[in-house]
Amino acid sequence: MVPLSYYLVLSGILFACGVLGFLIKRNIITIFMSIELMLNGVNLSFVAFAAHWHALAGQIFVFFVMVVAAAESAVGLAIIIAVYRTRETLNVDQVNLLKL
Amino acid sequence: MTQLMPISASLVVPGIPQGLDYVRLLPEIVLSIFGIAIMLLDPLLDDETSQKPLGFIALIGTLAALASTWYMGTAPGYGFSRMVLVNDFSVFFHYLVIAISAVIILISYEYMSVQHIRAGEYYGLILFGTVGMGLMTSSVDLVLIFIALEISSIASYILAGFRRRVAASSESSLKYFLLGSFATAFFLYGVAMMFGATGSTNIEAISQSLQSSPAHLLVYVAVALMFVGIGFKVAVAPFHIWTPDVYEGAPAPIVGFMSTGPKAAAFAVLLRIIFAINAPGRFWIIWVSAALSMTLGNVGALVQSNVKRLLAYSSIAHAGYLLMAFAAAPEIGASAAMFYTAAYAAMNVGAFAVVSHFASSGERYVTLEDYEGLGRRSPLLAAILTIFLLSLIGIPMTGGFFAKFYVFSATLKANLIGLTIIGVINSAIGSYYYLRIIVMMYMREARKEVPVTPVPFSLGFALVITLVATIYLGILPNRVLQYAQQSAQVLVSPTAPTTPELATRQALF
Repeated sequence: MVPLSYYLVLSGILFACGVLGFLIKRNIITIFMSIELMLNGVNLSFVAFAAHWHALAGQIFVFFVMVVAAAESAVGLAIIIAVYRTRETLNVDQVNLLKL
Repeated sequence: MTQLMPISASLVVPGIPQGLDYVRLLPEIVLSIFGIAIMLLDPLLDDETSQKPLGFIALIGTLAALASTWYMGTAPGYGFSRMVLVNDFSVFFHYLVIAISAVIILISYEYMSVQHIRAGEYYGLILFGTVGMGLMTSSVDLVLIFIALEISSIASYILAGFRRRVAASSESSLKYFLLGSFATAFFLYGVAMMFGATGSTNIEAISQSLQSSPAHLLVYVAVALMFVGIGFKVAVAPFHIWTPDVYEGAPAPIVGFMSTGPKAAAFAVLLRIIFAINAPGRFWIIWVSAALSMTLGNVGALVQSNVKRLLAYSSIAHAGYLLMAFAAAPEIGASAAMFYTAAYAAMNVGAFAVVSHFASSGERYVTLEDYEGLGRRSPLLAAILTIFLLSLIGIPMTGGFFAKFYVFSATLKANLIGLTIIGVINSAIGSYYYLRIIVMMYMREARKEVPVTPVPFSLGFALVITLVATIYLGILPNRVLQYAQQSAQVLVSPTAPTTPELATRQALF
């Protein structure tokens, strides 16, 4: 049997890839996909912990995370389209009307 | 039929929702029904005229939700297999967030017609967002807290971009969405680790498990990650970078909404996580974050020329003051934080009501320069804004004074001298930029021709409500404070019923 720590390390790596992608990538869609990757990393650790504790709550949590991620992407893509219509670009560096 | 009754009663399986479960979720149910009704009615109504009736329905919805919160308060206890907990704490925050959305709906009435935004779903989204916020304050399971957080966040992502033909608005919405989902992922990772460390997502079970065994490293990481997620929602440093941009681009009434409603709900979640779980290793996270937020918020606000950006930085600073209370002892700290959310909601929604009226079509007049000479052209509006600004400074006789007073006295009681000194110095810095707006309004001649339109009834009503609330909290804070203290008590020891009446009710149900 694969030990728990393997799953957790993999989930950590997935999450870190997502964070890295979020910070490095310049295309809005890619940034958006990085966030999904982070969520999937979290899902993996939920399932691993659920198996470890023999608690169903963790697996059910994954379903809810998926539902929420779907809702989020529906709204997210709509927002991206709205931005594209006004700016005609998908590069975050050019979406800079509001200065930090 | 009568013979069947006891049998059917004995067949009741724990976990199947009972009538009382629905009562404990009544405000959310009422708000959802009204929200769905608005969405269904929107296409049936004429574009030109749909604005007013749909807004009116939304307003009725919030009033019905306030009434059902009262009804919900008469049946305290757990609902839906220990997913939600109704007690004084959740009732307090339900009243607060629903009242905020009612006032925001009143403010939006005029704003929407001036900006020529014809969309009924605007009001529906405010109601759905409020559902999420209400749920955040009453849920005692991390699963439900996460879902509630997302319900409220997704609604506010859309609302931030509602002036969708304006590039700044959709940009603000995009930034809010990307950074918001980024922070949510961190929160979720923290929840996963907390689940891994304790084997449960129920806050009470987590708290018991943490008491019985020494805290694992995993728990510290979990608390830190969850703090990142919530810290983003309440805009405390170092997770505040998005705030000025999003607040500048979003519609003004929505900024008033975002800076008070979701913030109050997120602080309620934070209170639960910090105090009910008795999160280990929280002290320094909060200390550093509070000190940073106050300093960065106030210093950032000094150089702003856009009023919405200025108020955004001010909201970061206020989140910092509020966070100070979390470093204090649970009983005093929690009640001080609750009082602060209420007082801040009153004065900040009021300030944004004036800003959104004054911004006029296309939000043209939002710079400090535009406020020059307002005291002469529109004495009443200027006077009202002055009161809100004085309250934000924390001048006595206003809600802001007692809010700060309770927080500072809570930190002093906890012997956090250093943090209190930072807080007091920051209040002094903060008074500069609020006073600057007042000076602009009264002591400068107008250099630009800025039209001042008469205040419509709905906005006037909203201003009266926020003004009365601000002054009421500043003159007679005892009732609200007592209620907050009573609620803080149930938060810290959820098993101990507050009143004998409540004990009998819990025994009955």
